[in-house]
Amino acid sequence: MSAPFSKGQSVSEYLERYESNDLLRFLTCGSVDDGKSTLIGRLLHDSGRIYEDHLRAIEAASRVHGTRGGEIDLALVVDGLKAEQEQGITIDVAWRYFATAKRSFIIADCPGHEQYTRNMATGASHCQLAITLIDARHGVSRQTRRHATIASLLGIRHVVAAVNKMDLVGWSQERFREIERDFLEVCRKIGVGDPAAIPVSALTGENVVTRGANTPWYSGSPLLELLESIPVEGQSAESPFRLPVQYVIRPTPDFRGFAGSIVSGSVKVGDRVRVLPRGVETRVRRLARSEEDGGDLVIAHAPSSVLVMLEDEVDCSRGDLIVGGGGGAKAAEAIVAHSFEADLVWMVEAPLMSGAEVLLRQGTRTTNARVVRVKHRVDVDTLESHVADTLALNDIGRVEIEAEVPLAFDPYASVQGTGAIIVIDRLTNATAGAGMIRTGDALDPHTKRAHWETMPVATLDAPHGRSLVSGKEREARWRQRPLSVLLFGKPGSGKTTAAFALERALWDLGHAAIVLDGQMLRAGLSRDLSFTDEDRSENLRRAAEIAKVLNEHGVVVIMSLVAPDPIARERTRQLVGEARYLEFDCGKVAAAAVVAAVMASLHG
Amino acid sequence: MHLTHLDELEAEAIHILRETAASFERPVLMYSIGKDSTVLLHLAMKAFWPAKPPFRLLHVDTTWKFREMIAFRDETMRRLGLTISVHINQEGVRQGISPITHGSKVHTDIMKTQALRQALEAGHHDAAIGGARRDEEKSRAKERIFSFRDRNHRWDPKSQRPELWNLYNTRLGERESIRVFPLSNWTELDVWIYIHRHQLPVVPLYLAKDRPVVERGGMLIMKDDDRLVLAAGEKVETRRVRFRTLGCYPLSGAIESDADTLEKVIEEMLLARTSERQGRLIDHDQSGSMEEKKREGYF
Repeated sequence: MSAPFSKGQSVSEYLERYESNDLLRFLTCGSVDDGKSTLIGRLLHDSGRIYEDHLRAIEAASRVHGTRGGEIDLALVVDGLKAEQEQGITIDVAWRYFATAKRSFIIADCPGHEQYTRNMATGASHCQLAITLIDARHGVSRQTRRHATIASLLGIRHVVAAVNKMDLVGWSQERFREIERDFLEVCRKIGVGDPAAIPVSALTGENVVTRGANTPWYSGSPLLELLESIPVEGQSAESPFRLPVQYVIRPTPDFRGFAGSIVSGSVKVGDRVRVLPRGVETRVRRLARSEEDGGDLVIAHAPSSVLVMLEDEVDCSRGDLIVGGGGGAKAAEAIVAHSFEADLVWMVEAPLMSGAEVLLRQGTRTTNARVVRVKHRVDVDTLESHVADTLALNDIGRVEIEAEVPLAFDPYASVQGTGAIIVIDRLTNATAGAGMIRTGDALDPHTKRAHWETMPVATLDAPHGRSLVSGKEREARWRQRPLSVLLFGKPGSGKTTAAFALERALWDLGHAAIVLDGQMLRAGLSRDLSFTDEDRSENLRRAAEIAKVLNEHGVVVIMSLVAPDPIARERTRQLVGEARYLEFDCGKVAAAAVVAAVMASLHG
Repeated sequence: MHLTHLDELEAEAIHILRETAASFERPVLMYSIGKDSTVLLHLAMKAFWPAKPPFRLLHVDTTWKFREMIAFRDETMRRLGLTISVHINQEGVRQGISPITHGSKVHTDIMKTQALRQALEAGHHDAAIGGARRDEEKSRAKERIFSFRDRNHRWDPKSQRPELWNLYNTRLGERESIRVFPLSNWTELDVWIYIHRHQLPVVPLYLAKDRPVVERGGMLIMKDDDRLVLAAGEKVETRRVRFRTLGCYPLSGAIESDADTLEKVIEEMLLARTSERQGRLIDHDQSGSMEEKKREGYF
């Protein structure tokens, strides 16, 4: 569909104007009964044109399936599949296109009946605005609340209530104001940024495309005018630069370009950038483009697809994220971590259980991941959280996810392009869930634990291999393999006693060993930490880092900490290295047994 | 800072093409010579420049395409320095399948749908890129950008994966495949305006010219070669015509037109009152017929 054009108008002028149109993607939600299809049919019919052959097909279908007693049923303009026409329901998101002289539009038409959450989330993920249909006779319903909730979760700021069937309530201003008040109140509670309500009749066309005579008391814009004038959220100069690398283009040995779509912000030739998760910093050398296409770019903005060449020969491939460097708003830090919390929409019949092994897609990276736990489920009708450890089809809940490799991301509320995830079932390959990485307080307790995963900021290359003394020489000198021994258990389990007994025994046999005691650490290095789970985990991490350094120098380290969290202990094992790690639960193993086991390991 | 809607559509299509190259082992681009393929190929050249598109190009030839289409195809490949594989269903040729004697339904099924399946299987292609758009036809309004096909190349509207953001799920099981539609969100007008903006060469049949046509079944059919045998009462006339869509010549209806430049074509389209597929016989076989064809594996 296209903007009205009349004979005699200049084509080149028309083209110029059409080419400068921007694009608004919006969704419509509501059930068939609310008159949603009729509203879309009306928008398409009254604003652009419905082709004559389509109209004839609709007229024919109206006689068979129509609900308008043989009259043309505009709802049939948009009811797609044959199966659906027969059942009188729409089962999937349908896409519609039209343009006016001011703007081009893509409509994601979301059915209101079954699978509403899944379908609406799908539609909303592509849109900047949502229209929710409200039947003027019934007012704001549970469904309206659901729509506003899902729109808000998916980051849509503009939610418009089309209060439909005003003809059936006698064009009552009083009725409209009542519904408007309820709707704005719902939006306020949910936190919708920019709500609006319009009294319409899709059937008669009142306030859809043009203002009608029946609502003189309504001073706002008709729906189409609102759609044409609402500001499309552009990229401000302040948006952080984010480019997930999609594909490396390397036609010759001396041309290496990184292809991808800018999901946020902008980039200029010469800008300092960093490649995450490793964090290597370099500069943009070229924004390459062919001569026929106008040659290289100087600057590029989201959502352009670009080809970036970097100054240095850095390690960079699909899945990596190029971000702004060198300070300023554009260089705002992305988070690099293995785990995060997200709001997840579950989309398949088989429920999600805590501990599920899944495939995770975030940015251009797909990796194995584990849903560590489901924390709670959100009731989309009341917005209350309920403790839950599973999510069923169409549920929305908060989950904690841990990926196999470090990911570079942002909270969804800051950058959608890096904060959105999908979860794929490893057996069926179905898209099982879609999620929004959380921001704010919810993430805070985890940022400390996330030190296990955060990458060092400035150290690009550790001075590996610079020491003039080799590991072999150290082993020969001390006549021992370096070990990290963790003695853990509740206070009073005897771990400290066992630790010092072990140290004495090793010393007596001529070995080099040292004790890192939890309480000792807390008196100094860890004096900023409390006794929460997260801080206990962080205390263990610090001990492990010291143990690792001492092991590098050939020394045996005996750690004595409470360390109740098996995940943190597993991370300790990974950090110091499988071959050098031993752990003993002092609640279960006697000190003598510990000494014997360590002695046996010392000589490998 | 905003991109215009055409810039945004272009960026999206390039993103999809790169995603396809990165995610599949043996992707293939289905080039069918028409205006949508013209834009698709241009975008593929752009997406991977300065390298060539990293996938095979394939044309499924029914042997009934307009001669000018074949000439344009070969010229385009020469101009861009590309090579294209051409697949013809030889079994269909042996059986003498023709749109004139067997009708559009049988012809399309054997020479297009079956032929496509043969070619995809022979090439072990896990992804096939096509130029279809959602605004073309009702059943396409719900089509995914990465559209899942089972082992038998069948499309089941109920088993399609939800597509959120631009996070496409490209995972496949053994012998399953995906059809990729980078122009999903383009309209017919967007395609023409993009061609105009970049002055892309198109098959001359899109532009008005005096051509020999026969009136048959309410459509103007061009007599492209001797295989179109005239029935009693039919006669070849020279009329000034052009085509809105191009397929097999006995199935493509011409429209009378004076639009002999891209601008005039666009003007004519803006004033047109009928959809582009109206001139295509195959869509009218039966109600919902495109949906049926898609289920069977038609592109």
